[in-house]
Amino acid sequence: MTTIAFTSALDGGPSGDAAFGHVSSGGLDTSHGAILYLENVSVSFDGFQALKDLSLSIDVGELRCVIGPNGAGKTTMMDVITGKTRPDAGSAFFGQTIDLTRLTEAEIAQAGIGRKFQKPTIFEQHSVFENLELAMKADKRVRRTLFARLSSEERDRIAAMLERVRLAESADRPAGLLSHGQKQWLEIAMLLMQEPKLLLLDEPVAGMSDEETERTADLFLSLAGKHSLVVVEHDMAFVASIARKVTVLHEGSVLAEGPHEQVQNDPRVIEVYLGR
Amino acid sequence: MVAPEPTAHLQRPAAAPASSLARLYGPGGWAALGAFALLLFVAVPLAALAAPAGSALHLSQYWVSLGGKILCYAMVAVAMDMVWGYAGILSLGHGLFFALGGYAIGMYLMRQIGLDGVYHSRLPDFMVFLDWKAYPWYWSFTEHFWYAAALVVLVPGLLAFVFGWFAFRSRIKGVYFSIITQALTYAAMLLFFRNETGFGGNNGFTDFKRILGIPIATPQMRVALFALSGAALVGTLLLERWVVTSRLGRVLAAIRDAEQRVMFCGYDTANYKLFVWTLSAVLCGVAGALYVPQIGIINPSEMSPANSIEIAIWVAVGGRGTLVGAALGALLVNGAKSFFTQQFPDYWLYFLGLLFVLVTLLMPQGVAGALRRLRGRPAS
Repeated sequence: MTTIAFTSALDGGPSGDAAFGHVSSGGLDTSHGAILYLENVSVSFDGFQALKDLSLSIDVGELRCVIGPNGAGKTTMMDVITGKTRPDAGSAFFGQTIDLTRLTEAEIAQAGIGRKFQKPTIFEQHSVFENLELAMKADKRVRRTLFARLSSEERDRIAAMLERVRLAESADRPAGLLSHGQKQWLEIAMLLMQEPKLLLLDEPVAGMSDEETERTADLFLSLAGKHSLVVVEHDMAFVASIARKVTVLHEGSVLAEGPHEQVQNDPRVIEVYLGR
Repeated sequence: MVAPEPTAHLQRPAAAPASSLARLYGPGGWAALGAFALLLFVAVPLAALAAPAGSALHLSQYWVSLGGKILCYAMVAVAMDMVWGYAGILSLGHGLFFALGGYAIGMYLMRQIGLDGVYHSRLPDFMVFLDWKAYPWYWSFTEHFWYAAALVVLVPGLLAFVFGWFAFRSRIKGVYFSIITQALTYAAMLLFFRNETGFGGNNGFTDFKRILGIPIATPQMRVALFALSGAALVGTLLLERWVVTSRLGRVLAAIRDAEQRVMFCGYDTANYKLFVWTLSAVLCGVAGALYVPQIGIINPSEMSPANSIEIAIWVAVGGRGTLVGAALGALLVNGAKSFFTQQFPDYWLYFLGLLFVLVTLLMPQGVAGALRRLRGRPAS
């Protein structure tokens, strides 16, 4: 029962608002329809210009793919959004009011931005279950965490998520023993346990089998609408299978943006990808 | 309908809603702890006080004092293991917090000497020697036991909190953090070596006569201090076991393994480190305060960098991230030290070095890890 209710909640079923009552709260103002604004963001490291006047806006519920050759600034862009890197110039806003350049990584995560790293980053010594327990949305201050106990409702939510990402059999195994693809799934599951409004996914299908990739595409498509997603990916077949709108980065700024076919046929994009 | 499936594999200490006692230790663990408590609070007091001096069961004062000393060391090792084994913070300055706790209680013990010092002054001998006429301001109220007991907790706690606040906010990690803690204890040692600092210079505090008005060198007092140290060690073990089996404990281990992921999960990791770091320093202070009346002296050499490094060796030998292992490591290394420094005084340091190398090579998870492997369970 709980599993079914939970799955439909994530998929935007009728019980969704009951299970995720806080999705619309938390000081996030998306009244203008956009959840993320980057404006003229510039970042340089030791003279290397990683981002140059980058401007980008993501709408609520959108699934956006970001592509671009190596060194185009995709990961740096995610670093700026999640507070890991401070921009030299420009602004980054979450909704209308939350200035991301002033918050720490933890504050940004609590505001509702989840991030999956390029290399799967999970707690290898902890069990799969514990990985999800730690990621789960909760009061994450020290004292609350010291006295925290899992309620049966939370236990059910974790169990449902384990079913969803097909890791229920491995719940008690150390996460380090999972296969690469399973680790990717575990990290995505951890992100979802945080109940973020915006998910940043850096190469989520790298190292996955075709079947796993296909299931990941289905998962992302089912999340769009309920969450906003930004997916950075090299796998063009995967991009084609999920993309509605694609942004192409090149040398730290936006080269092209639009529906997948349009971008694919853009001569400048072809030049960047094939010209090297 | 769905319920039995997912919950079946959740019957485990970390996830299942167990009673708080079962969360800490299994039946075997509690039995071992009970046996240890029986040894501390019944067997040793009886052997030291009730058994006649000539009998085979009699425990001499030497052994009681040595045992009490090692219990204090074990408490420091357990406190250290929480920050190193779980949160991954290697402190090479934990001896400082131990010494500060010792100095805090030492001030009270100096006051208790009263007029019985060499110069029969109400000031300690070293102040008379320096020709001081009155106690410096920071000695105020130290004649009250409860004030000194509060200092035992507050001084190491505040120092650790302020130091940790800056270090963890600045995201100082790994070997850099270790080096700074080493420098901190070294700087404190130099400060305490100065006579003008007002803590007895390189002689420190000694010649204690009384505690709470009761003579300190009687067999009864030694046994009382021994039992108190034992109680503090057991209390530390249980408290820390409770911390590391909480969700906070799992966050600590996650910080050790992938701090960035913890931050992106929404945890302010600096606060978590600050919490265990400060708690650990306070426990070390308490251990120091129990240690000083038993061995009868505290001086700045307790703050020497080598002492703090030795604490890390106890934990490494016993096994990081096990708590009990750290206590075991302190017992083994200090037991060996007592034996070697009596039988082969010149070879102790070589032996310590050899022990450390062998343990690192052959038992990377320490004695506790090796024991666990022998019992056929995978080391965690």
